[in-house]
Amino acid sequence: MIQIEEVTKRYGDTTVVNGVTLTVAPHTVTVIVGTSGSGKTTLLRMINRLVEPTAGIVKIDGEDNRSIPGYELRRRIGYAIQGHGLFPHRTVAQNIATVPTLLGWEKDRTEAKVEELLKLFQLDPADFGPRYPHELSGGQQQRVGVARALAAEPNVLLMDEPFGALDPIIRSKAQEDLAAIQKHFGTTIILVTHDMEEAFHLADKIAVMDKGEVVQYATPAEMLVKPATPFVETLVGASERPFRLLGIETVGEAVEPGSAEGRPVPEVLSQRDALSELLWSGRSALPVAAANGEILGRVTLQAIVKRAARPR
Amino acid sequence: MAIGIIQEKERLAFRFDKLGVIISILALYGALLAPFATYRANRIIQGEARGIMEALPPHLGYGLLFLVVAGAAVALLRTPALFRMAMALAALAALAGLIGIAADHLTPPENSYARVSPASGFWVLVFAFSLLLTDALTRLNPGPGLRLLVLAGVLVLAGSMLVAGRWDGLSIMKEYANRADLFWAEAGRHVTLALGSLAAATVVGLPLGILCHRVERLRAGVLNVLNAIQTIPSIALFGILIAPLGWIAANIPGASAVGIRGIGAAPAFVALFLYSLLPVVANTVVGLAGVPRAANDAARGIGMTDRQRLVTIEFPLAFPVILTGIRIVLVQNIGLATIAALIGGGGFGVFVFQGVGQTAMDLVLLGAIPTVVLAFTAAIVLDALIEMTVPNSSQGNAA
Repeated sequence: MIQIEEVTKRYGDTTVVNGVTLTVAPHTVTVIVGTSGSGKTTLLRMINRLVEPTAGIVKIDGEDNRSIPGYELRRRIGYAIQGHGLFPHRTVAQNIATVPTLLGWEKDRTEAKVEELLKLFQLDPADFGPRYPHELSGGQQQRVGVARALAAEPNVLLMDEPFGALDPIIRSKAQEDLAAIQKHFGTTIILVTHDMEEAFHLADKIAVMDKGEVVQYATPAEMLVKPATPFVETLVGASERPFRLLGIETVGEAVEPGSAEGRPVPEVLSQRDALSELLWSGRSALPVAAANGEILGRVTLQAIVKRAARPR
Repeated sequence: MAIGIIQEKERLAFRFDKLGVIISILALYGALLAPFATYRANRIIQGEARGIMEALPPHLGYGLLFLVVAGAAVALLRTPALFRMAMALAALAALAGLIGIAADHLTPPENSYARVSPASGFWVLVFAFSLLLTDALTRLNPGPGLRLLVLAGVLVLAGSMLVAGRWDGLSIMKEYANRADLFWAEAGRHVTLALGSLAAATVVGLPLGILCHRVERLRAGVLNVLNAIQTIPSIALFGILIAPLGWIAANIPGASAVGIRGIGAAPAFVALFLYSLLPVVANTVVGLAGVPRAANDAARGIGMTDRQRLVTIEFPLAFPVILTGIRIVLVQNIGLATIAALIGGGGFGVFVFQGVGQTAMDLVLLGAIPTVVLAFTAAIVLDALIEMTVPNSSQGNAA
């Protein structure tokens, strides 16, 4: 659990972060969104003390983060940034091994960890381990950057626009991978982005920042339904709201008894994608199948349209 | 078909190698029109010019002329780079050997006053074929290892010619024979001055550069002061240093005992040190500034201490640039150390200034040639080292 209590950061007369209080539950993904200059990156960097707060306390698992030296704190917290920040003069394997080496892990343990992570990120250890960062594609570099952040098995992972430099197709793949890895390790992730699509895709909870303050901290559904301020409403995008709402829920939640023609859709598909499929194929209902292929029922256009309406 | 014809025409029009035209004109001028060697009855008298055929036994003279003409042809026409290199090396080796033979041939037997030295034609030929060699080497683009090997080969060859006494008949070697002990003492002093001041500048300059990188307010001030020092002419700097060093020698106990004086090696050392600081500090600052921001941020973010970051990330990434600064300093110092002789600092400059004073050109060359060879060797060795230290970093999209 991460508790941010009344944290403020001032540079001279400028207040960048102003009295922010946030509690992040363990094993969840919290996304901080906001326009540039809203203080979101500064807030993130105060958690691992790359920036020291002017006032306020950050507690990690109940312990003040100033109780140990900054560099020791940072070795316990994963950190991944935009443009990956890999060390160009070190191989992929050496890059991933950085924190375990700093922590003085035994060689065998470090090597095993590097191999495990490379496999997890679908990079062949024998092929990619000895390569240098400039020999990788942008998506591969980004994956290595996240692998390095996770090498010492941190409970908390901080990410600053980690997918900012990727093209849209690779970005959505990277987001899928991150979601899977978060489930695998149960890591608590705090991610900063200005991309609302990304926020809704990944977040258990979203914190919207504006002018150094958190204006709303809520689940994605709450944020859509009850935006706290006009700013949040603009950020969420009024015309996008029904689709975002459908994007959060799966077909499984809208399934009803009955049958329908055509190829079935998986129950984990988002309702938004199901709507898209319904519209594109010109059908009024789709069969829904479980992962094992069993037909669970159907989902109708009518039902989905109803779900897209503003809840009352 | 049409394209093929155009290409064929182009090939005819540019059959000649552009640089080769200059090289062949130089080579033919050097061989046919300019004197190959100069003969003098004693070391300071006006010399008499001797052409190739006069300076060499007939069979060797014709051999050299043939080689030069062949070399000029190879240079003129578009030939493979490897072939051009072999031709240039052969011509240079022949010139090196034959100038020694010319000396023995021209010197009357039992005459120890007569002097023979290479004349303008010889130097023009050396220049022409060196040009051919460097041009061929540039086209071949050899790796750093191969370049070092070529350098070692040339040095070993020249060294063995010296040891075997092939050039002993030449005037410059007679000057050497007259002061062999002094030559090696001055050589030692020259190298000590150049390398010692470089070492001192590195020891002081690296931390200063790191400090300038970290403390922005310091940077402009320090670099401006060093820039200003760099603009002071060397002789003026020696002069400026006489007063403070003289004062130190007179007033601080033990200072003169360790060799600090207003004139001599101390001011020369201090001046070279001061000149060396700017390239070392400036390149350290530039090198550290060139470390990708994201890599630095990540290094901090994953828990490196400032020292770990400096030693394992910043310094290795900046190293090639810092080494470039050290290369500049080394080559510059080897040349500048010649001036130290003016204030009694020793080094090869001693021979240069003695030679100028006695109008003995060969004595000047005895100081100048080793200086040039040293500087050239240092440049090639360090360039190769720099290339070897940039294998995988800072290329491509590594930021």
